[in-house]
Amino acid sequence: MVQPIRKTTLDPWQDPKEEPYVRIEKVTKKFGDFVAVDDVSLNIYRKEFFSLLGGSGSGKTTLLRMLAGFETPTEGRIFIDGVDMTGVPPYARPVNMMFQSYALFPHMSVEQNVAFGLKQDHVPKDETRRRVAEVLDLVQLGPFAKRRPHQLSGGQRQRVALARSLVKRPKLLLLDEPLSALDKRLRERTAFELVNIQEQVGVTFVMVTHDQEEAMTMSSRIAVMNTGWIAQVGTPAQVYEYPGSRFVAGFIGDVNLFEGIVVEEEPDHILVRSDEVACDLYISHGAVVPRGAKVAVAIRPEKMSVSKEGAAGPGTRNAVVGTVREIAYLGQFSTYLVALDTGKTVRVTMPNTNRAAEMPITWEDRVVVSWRPLAGVVLTQ
Amino acid sequence: MIQASPPPAAKPAAATPVAAPPTLAARGGFQRALRHRLLPRGRSLVTVVPVFWLLLFFLVPFGIVLKISLSEAAIAMPPYEPLFAWAENVLTLRLNLGNYLFMLEDSLYAVAYLNSLKIAALSTLMCLLLGYPMAYAIARAAPEWRSPLLMLVILPFWTSFLIRVYAWIGILKQEGLLNQFLLWLGVIDAPLHILYSETAVYIGIVYSYLPFMILPLYATLEKLDLTLLEAAADLGARPWKAFVSVTLPLSLPGVIAGSLLVFIPAVGEFVIPSLLGGPDALMIGTVLWNEFSANRDWPVASAVAIALLLLLVVPIMIFQHQQGKQQAAEARR
Repeated sequence: MVQPIRKTTLDPWQDPKEEPYVRIEKVTKKFGDFVAVDDVSLNIYRKEFFSLLGGSGSGKTTLLRMLAGFETPTEGRIFIDGVDMTGVPPYARPVNMMFQSYALFPHMSVEQNVAFGLKQDHVPKDETRRRVAEVLDLVQLGPFAKRRPHQLSGGQRQRVALARSLVKRPKLLLLDEPLSALDKRLRERTAFELVNIQEQVGVTFVMVTHDQEEAMTMSSRIAVMNTGWIAQVGTPAQVYEYPGSRFVAGFIGDVNLFEGIVVEEEPDHILVRSDEVACDLYISHGAVVPRGAKVAVAIRPEKMSVSKEGAAGPGTRNAVVGTVREIAYLGQFSTYLVALDTGKTVRVTMPNTNRAAEMPITWEDRVVVSWRPLAGVVLTQ
Repeated sequence: MIQASPPPAAKPAAATPVAAPPTLAARGGFQRALRHRLLPRGRSLVTVVPVFWLLLFFLVPFGIVLKISLSEAAIAMPPYEPLFAWAENVLTLRLNLGNYLFMLEDSLYAVAYLNSLKIAALSTLMCLLLGYPMAYAIARAAPEWRSPLLMLVILPFWTSFLIRVYAWIGILKQEGLLNQFLLWLGVIDAPLHILYSETAVYIGIVYSYLPFMILPLYATLEKLDLTLLEAAADLGARPWKAFVSVTLPLSLPGVIAGSLLVFIPAVGEFVIPSLLGGPDALMIGTVLWNEFSANRDWPVASAVAIALLLLLVVPIMIFQHQQGKQQAAEARR
């Protein structure tokens, strides 16, 4: 997926004067003995496209449903635009939600579905008509206003759901897996559209997704969730390039993890020795980890390279010998699975700058896997 | 995505395609052909059974009743004149429309029909008002409670309908349970005259037919997607508003099905009015029964039955039409 370019000039979460728009304060949600959300605190700023990313059972949907008011926190409080939402029922919240199943009313036309929310607020008829037409134009569904939901395609239904949740101009729009019911091509296009629409209407979006690619392409920031707690919050680049834990490194994208012990700790670098790899791991950016600490070094596959030449072995740094076991040719790049002599398999992704016929590396070749000193990330958790 | 590509040395072996045994493929084709030949025949065979059933147990008796309704009453065995007569090489067909004309002349029949329609309609409405909340409560109950609650709705069917109606006599009569209870409470000073009145007929019909209202209502309410109600709440609808604008319209097929299932048999009901009703509770079912057994006027009784049938065919056809539309809508989904 190509990343839509975000036009945000200033990142509000870095501005100390900026008030958070949504404040989640030490929220816990228990269902019986099961803790779905565990002491989560989170600040979301105005006009953000914020993603809650996690697998099933990570508590992301429960957190979203607490923002909508369908669930009440067992402990903690939620503020939206400075107002405490405790005890405010869903119908009184300045929040709208786009449901995963879209939840369109089957007995109403597209127009009636979109107008439903305005009708509840007793908006005058002329204004309702105007606003419905406006929002249907925004999602390019003007000509389909009279259709019933079952007469629409999946993508069109998704846009009706979006229009219906946008027409009330909520302070906060919640999206529950908005793209999960669409096929891959439509998903990419819709992701762009969603980001564009969000920028046009200037509403704060909070999206729940299990798809890391989706979260990466659309969000201003991502909160990675795991079993009810937040593992890391950051921009897509931060979360990808500087994962804070083994879980985040493994959840977002592919990663090679080497478990080891810090043997050298200097201001400009640290050196990690691992039983899993027959060379020293040299990391040249300032990770502050005491000597002797057990750590994991995470290296992304695309930050490694394989070649038939080069020195490797004990005593060398960031270069190791292995045997090519698998090659996946994906067109623009290839992924190699290389079995190191220690038994560890590493994954390396290389762009195919040459034509396939000239590819020098094939199965069972002995190769040198190497990476640069900046490639590794030291993880203590 | 890593595709397990075998090393080149292993490639030739894996490249040899494992051909499926030809016999298997042939048998598959044969079975398919067989199914094609058998299926249409099997289908028509299946439809023959209900068609035969309808013919034997509906159309033939209907024809007999129609025939009797067009003949003249006689003191004989059977108590009516034959339609066809063969005398002096002449086959005469005598169609007596007098029974139908008689029904138009005597206002008793019109009054009884109208009264039946009124009682059936009001009972249906009461069943709906009582049954909807019950069906709703069962559909929204915890899943482990739904089956026992439905069981309770169906449970009365396990005793004879007649016994249950007789039991109501015991409850409603002058010194019955209800009056004693109300006297004990001090709500009334003198016992109420409920039994042998139209009120008792309403109570009996509503009680007897309530399950027929609850079951189809439950079926539609239970299917209702609850996220639709969440969506309504999310868009600003208070619970009552969400019910009126989402739940109620979406449960309309159940309302129609339940109403017809109550209304149609209630129009022709004769056990309940004859056991619980008084002289004011005149229903066409009782009239028919009287013509048949007390008056022994089979032709008039048959004419009444035919008229009643025609009266009921209209709602049945509406019901069928509605069902067809609903099924078509579901098929489209």
